[in-house]
Amino acid sequence: MKVSRRLFIRDGVATVTLGLAAPSFLGAIARAQGAHGRHLVVVYLGGGNDALNTLVPYQDQAYYDRRPTIAVPAGQVLQVGTDAGGHALGLHPGLGGLRNVFNEGRLALVQRTGYADSSRSHFEAAEIWNTADPTLSIGPGWLGRYLDTLPRPLDALTAWNTASETPRALYAERSGVPAIPNVATYAYASPNRGSAAREERTAVEAMVANPAPDRPHLAFVNGTSRGALETLDRVATVRSYAPTVGYPNTGFARSLQTVAGAIAGGVGTKVFWVVTGGYDTHSQQGAGDGTYGALMGTLGDGLWAFYQDVRNQGLAADTSVVVFSEFGRRISENGSRGTDHGAAGLMMVLGGGVRGGLYGSAASLTPGHPTLENDSGDVRYEVDFRSVYARLLDQWLGVDSTSILHGDYRSGAPAIF
Amino acid sequence: MPRLSPEIDHLLRRAGFGASAADADQFRATSADALVSHFVDYEGRPDDVDARIGRPDHARISLDDAFSPDTDIDDARQRWLFRMIHTRRPLQEKMAMFWHNHFATAYRKIAAAAGELQAAKMMAYTPGQARPLRGPQGQIELFRQQALDRFSDLLVQVAQDPAMLIWLDGRSNVKSRPQENWGREVMELFTLGVDFYTESDVRAASRAFTGWNLRRSQGFRDDDPQSYYEFFYDAEQHDTDAKTFSFPVAPGGSHTIPARGPSSGLQDGLDVLMALATHPETARRLARKFWGFFVCETRDPDPAFVESTASVYLRNGTAIRPVIRHILTSSWFTDAAVRHTRYSWPAEFVARAIREVGWQNFELGDVLTPLASMGMPLFEPPNVGGWETGPAWYSTATMLARTNFAATLAASQREFLAVSLGADGGTRDALLGAMLDRVTTAPLDRAPREALQAYLQAAGSWTGSPSQLGTRAAGLARLLVGASEYQLV
Repeated sequence: MKVSRRLFIRDGVATVTLGLAAPSFLGAIARAQGAHGRHLVVVYLGGGNDALNTLVPYQDQAYYDRRPTIAVPAGQVLQVGTDAGGHALGLHPGLGGLRNVFNEGRLALVQRTGYADSSRSHFEAAEIWNTADPTLSIGPGWLGRYLDTLPRPLDALTAWNTASETPRALYAERSGVPAIPNVATYAYASPNRGSAAREERTAVEAMVANPAPDRPHLAFVNGTSRGALETLDRVATVRSYAPTVGYPNTGFARSLQTVAGAIAGGVGTKVFWVVTGGYDTHSQQGAGDGTYGALMGTLGDGLWAFYQDVRNQGLAADTSVVVFSEFGRRISENGSRGTDHGAAGLMMVLGGGVRGGLYGSAASLTPGHPTLENDSGDVRYEVDFRSVYARLLDQWLGVDSTSILHGDYRSGAPAIF
Repeated sequence: MPRLSPEIDHLLRRAGFGASAADADQFRATSADALVSHFVDYEGRPDDVDARIGRPDHARISLDDAFSPDTDIDDARQRWLFRMIHTRRPLQEKMAMFWHNHFATAYRKIAAAAGELQAAKMMAYTPGQARPLRGPQGQIELFRQQALDRFSDLLVQVAQDPAMLIWLDGRSNVKSRPQENWGREVMELFTLGVDFYTESDVRAASRAFTGWNLRRSQGFRDDDPQSYYEFFYDAEQHDTDAKTFSFPVAPGGSHTIPARGPSSGLQDGLDVLMALATHPETARRLARKFWGFFVCETRDPDPAFVESTASVYLRNGTAIRPVIRHILTSSWFTDAAVRHTRYSWPAEFVARAIREVGWQNFELGDVLTPLASMGMPLFEPPNVGGWETGPAWYSTATMLARTNFAATLAASQREFLAVSLGADGGTRDALLGAMLDRVTTAPLDRAPREALQAYLQAAGSWTGSPSQLGTRAAGLARLLVGASEYQLV
């Protein structure tokens, strides 16, 4: 039996405390190392992305039969060629920017990613992707375990969460991750000015320095406050970042601009976490436009701006982005012109060091086909998502994936690097 | 003025939003048992808080134009905050917050589907105003009115609530292609929990609720405050075939809802909801949530607590009032060891800070952005699972948002604090003691206490002048409200 979300959050508590407060002199070390370091930007599409409308099997008649009102017309897709199984595929028309990256050979599309007995619960599925363990959706996340393998003391900005809530992927046993959604408001305020304000900050630092060893939950909150104080000044340097391209006016693009600013500023962050939501498209999702079209536009335009921005600064070769969601969606549309929770999904990896192309083979959507499951309602997975994680860890971040993933998932991994 | 006893303070923090100075006076001589009754049996006291909006001795509402809490979501947020701060029925607001998180529904999707005015009305309309609108009460008012009533009734009303019917797409659940959003989440999140239903149950439940749709009032216009959406059972869209579940769902213990004609098909959904509300796993799941909400977040729920609370729930026909009374009078709750073992939710944190520090000329509009930065914009839970509570409330960003709010509040109350502390500002020690009586933290270890004393020492020679007192009292308010010890309630 899996533990409920509410309960298993607790195991992160006593532990997250320890790593947060790195001494500030580490900033210099991080900068010295970080300028030439590699960066991984993890993008989570919250709600369960409808992979079949992201990468469209536009010559599969069953796709059109089963999606009478939400199928993307073949004439609208942005063709990206044919996969190893001979399926002709095209990107959603809102992903023009990503098609550019694909044409440059820097976008890998990994089809039918997932795991056996896929969870259709948002929360359980998200925890599984975050822990990289389908049987135990508790404990530290896969990125947190990566952070725990890095040499100590760990710089406080080694990872940077652009959302205000910490996802399980970043839970660690001995590494804290600051949440910095907005560099402009990531600042310290006082009711007073001058010496009274300075003395107050001195008092704050003394109060949160209390290690409270026999009060772990107090220690956790103190550690969080120390993490904030430790990172304030260096985060402030990103505020003045002037990107080389215009970013779209979306929260997603603003997060990516912040990431680009941190990379260009040599802050030294290795892992960034970015979230964009709205993918739980149970109703009125649209085909080439509408709700899903807007989601694709936000995703594609944001990533395209980011990719150009880092490329213009000669940083593309140091930067990889991986995009995932907690599950794909049902093949057949429902009566609300939307799709319900499904199984296998699509992972995307892009960056200057990525070997682009189509990986894996598309399902055949005709009922009864062995590439389907759940009474042919859903797409069955082909590529274990942990093999993609393994490739990212081994080949991109340069660590041993087997200890982090608690197993060897290298075989069958798509050769994206 | 000495502080209240620890058990009274504990009750005021957990069942309410902390103690204002007036509460401290009122409850000083009250026993814990009497205070539990005061909280739980609130219906003897008038729900008059909305009528006090605008009074000069209350927190202020920020206005751009006419205050429209029934049709404007930011005004609705201000009204709810006002209620948390000034209500005579704190447990009612606390439970409304609990249900808002349990049946988490977000304004943004409703607004995208129905427009901002209708969405605000669906979330927050409160009937009984001087000039009432037509149409059903808003969702938060449903939670408020049913806060302690039968869960089975609440569940039915939630299933027929217009905001919920848009949020989980029930409005377009039709027999030809049932859609599963409501059918799944009602079992996973609102009742049983993820381990106690099957994929086949999801399909069966989704079919049972086909035809539970919405309709618009006659002459509907989405910019007309008198227009509204309402629940509508569309018999033509109901799947009339039998539906089989993995658990007993029909009277008599059968796992199958029999085939029913369209005109009586509404009963399918009612059967499912009654089965879910009275299922022992629902009882246990609610008990575990109440453990975290009222008792303790630093230890797993005591199995004996879960079983006894679930049993009170089931014995009382799913009524919540006896459940809460059971919890607040239980030895689990009164155990001194569980004090300050809960992580305060941002809305609780804000309301309590305002009640304890002061609200003179304080504008509640100034709370909305900080509350969002703390991770809890009212009426905007992140998803149907609600907010991740406990330690998940705390990240570097959300902690900065809390401490920066503490600074804003403290700055706004500088003069009020100087005046109201008065003679208590005669010495540094007296000032610190008075502020610690007022702003109640978990016990302070020696180091943080010395840091507070050092902060006052740094003021140089102590005159107790209004200016010095205002500066240092505001600084102390910022330090205490922003302290980690204040976050644990």
